Amino acid sequence: MYRYDEFDHGFVAARTAQFRDQVERRLSGELTEDQFKPLRLMNGVYLQLHAYMLRIAIPYGTLSARQLRKLAHIGRVYDKGYGHFTTRQNIQFNWPALKDIPAILDELASVEMHALQTSGNCIRNVTTDHFAGAAADEIADPRPYAEILRQWSSIHPEFSYLPRKFKIAVTGAPSDRAAIQLHDIGLELKRGPDGATGFAVYVGGGQGRTPMIAHKVRDYLPEEELLTYIEAVMRVYNLHGRRDNKYKARIKILVHETGAAEITRQIEAEYEEVRKTDLLRLPESEIQRIAAYFAPPDLPEKPARSGALEAAKADSREFATFVENNVTPHKAAGYGVVTVSLKPIGGIPGDATDRQMEVVADLAERYSQSEIRVSHEQNLVLPHVALDDLPALYASLKAQGLATGNAGLVTDIIACPGLDYCALANARSIPLAQDLSTRFGSPERQKEIGELKIKISGCINACGHHHVGHIGLLGVDKRGEEVYQITLGGSGDETASVGALVGPGFKTEEVVDAVETVVDTYLRLRESPDETFLAAVRRLGQQPFKEALYGAA
Amino acid sequence: MTTEQTAADLPIWRDGRFQADEWALAGEGEAVSEGPALLPLARFLAEREALAARNAPLGVLVEPNEAIEELAPHLDRVALVALNFPKYADGRAMSSARLLRERYGYRGEVRAVGDVLIDQMPLMRRCGFDAFAVANEPTRRQLAAGKWPDVPFYLQPTGATTQHEIPAGTRPWARRPD
Repeated sequence: MYRYDEFDHGFVAARTAQFRDQVERRLSGELTEDQFKPLRLMNGVYLQLHAYMLRIAIPYGTLSARQLRKLAHIGRVYDKGYGHFTTRQNIQFNWPALKDIPAILDELASVEMHALQTSGNCIRNVTTDHFAGAAADEIADPRPYAEILRQWSSIHPEFSYLPRKFKIAVTGAPSDRAAIQLHDIGLELKRGPDGATGFAVYVGGGQGRTPMIAHKVRDYLPEEELLTYIEAVMRVYNLHGRRDNKYKARIKILVHETGAAEITRQIEAEYEEVRKTDLLRLPESEIQRIAAYFAPPDLPEKPARSGALEAAKADSREFATFVENNVTPHKAAGYGVVTVSLKPIGGIPGDATDRQMEVVADLAERYSQSEIRVSHEQNLVLPHVALDDLPALYASLKAQGLATGNAGLVTDIIACPGLDYCALANARSIPLAQDLSTRFGSPERQKEIGELKIKISGCINACGHHHVGHIGLLGVDKRGEEVYQITLGGSGDETASVGALVGPGFKTEEVVDAVETVVDTYLRLRESPDETFLAAVRRLGQQPFKEALYGAA
Repeated sequence: MTTEQTAADLPIWRDGRFQADEWALAGEGEAVSEGPALLPLARFLAEREALAARNAPLGVLVEPNEAIEELAPHLDRVALVALNFPKYADGRAMSSARLLRERYGYRGEVRAVGDVLIDQMPLMRRCGFDAFAVANEPTRRQLAAGKWPDVPFYLQPTGATTQHEIPAGTRPWARRPD
């Protein structure tokens, strides 16, 4: 993991002192709420429906056991005993008092964390593959590059007052688990013609009101050019992105209105100019120095097959299901990457109690090199677990309600906070997620359905990523009533696509039945159990689902 | 010193103190003064040949939707570039200031005008601004009291000429104030 040096510690301490002063000026009335707003947002503080909300950055979703314990402590002392992991690999606390927030930031600084740029019209937390550094299919670990981008984008003097927020995602594997084509900038690590490391660069993806898949603007960018090129993209956006309408201010709209070819030309022209200064070229030695922090852990050699694991699987079907769904192959033989589901049947997606966080921190120390990841699917991940240890790990997780074997299945639902917390929402998201989870909760039913991603947003801003749900649910307000629209066929992976609306929306009391109708239609029409829901929708189109939901036309 | 009395007389924050504004703005159709004159970019570009005969300094006021590239060929005749912030949250002039300093090597005054607030001023300076027209009273009070809410650990080599920044450690993008 990256470790702060004196400079990084000084940076975060100075920033916290600066924000403490701003909070005092707000509390004294010297700063108006309007003047305070962009300052608090760039420190992760939102004003929500009932209270201030603090969003803490978990850079590229990587946490140490010590850091997770600190988050548990903050949840216990300053909140109501829990935290909420978000779709951007961050954590939110929903009930802190504004006056306590500088103290919370001090607590975070003591474990090399902060809440910087988790909000506001700046470059946000850089996200990546939650299996980075562990997944068997990886070309290179994307986190060193995400860390370089995190540093360079922190309090960037030129890019702190952009037209709108700006999100960058990096993947190091061809299986895209970071949804890079749905980001303002998406970076895909790849090998160049000479065997060197570089990136394919995508620009202009995003969800929200106007979902768009990013355009590839560069097939290959050498790694040492990363910051030079990103600065060029940022400058073109800062100068030319729309500022007349916040709903048209993201870079995707600029790309769409300018045209991909023209925007590529502008970026390349700016890039040529920035290159001349040579200020941002990354020396190989510095890339390697940062990469060394993310060196693979020194795992004892193990045989590929674990007798203990096989015996435990034979012994318990529930455990075998957990292993099948929640354990992904590791680079190292005899190890696995374990998803700790924060989606208990009927529970609130992404919530973890202080006690659960403590337990996961303990288990990470015992079984996973003290490392934890947060996935954009709102689960936790223990990245380096010996297969021999899985039975014991499972037993400990189970005791805390953390052993739900549903990763990637129909009950592994993403949901935004919705009308229960959010000032923007039109509809509740969490209760719908809970009802769906309960409806499909039996292990047999989930196994029969197979891989199916349901994603729920409580309003058009799409924080629940409904556009890329295999089944997406969007809550809208229709004459004072909460209604849910269903989209089908979205995907956030390397075959990214935006789901299509299937027809008129459903009332709260109808929508769970409607989703079940969609699922049953799939089960009826799939060619074989090997054909996933997404594959079937892509083959069949919308018609059979329309007919099942609304009757033959 | 009560800032209320001096806001009209000494509106410009430069070199760590409030100073008088010696520049007179000449908008479209207004007379150009004898002394230092500030013209909107469009007027400057249209009348620059006639203005060349003048014997007093020229300044140019640039709005955020105007391209600084248009001014670039004429910078050797310009003693002041004023970049407007119609709203403090409009960051376009941040890019324009960096381009002026770093790409076009401009050494004259780069002044922030408009909605200039203290919390943005350290960032403005790192982008190349060296003067600030400050009307906001709380901002004036804080500046008068010696406040400058900078985070003196920089993670970008902005290359501005307005303040000295020195490399910090091995990261080529990290800087400290000199």
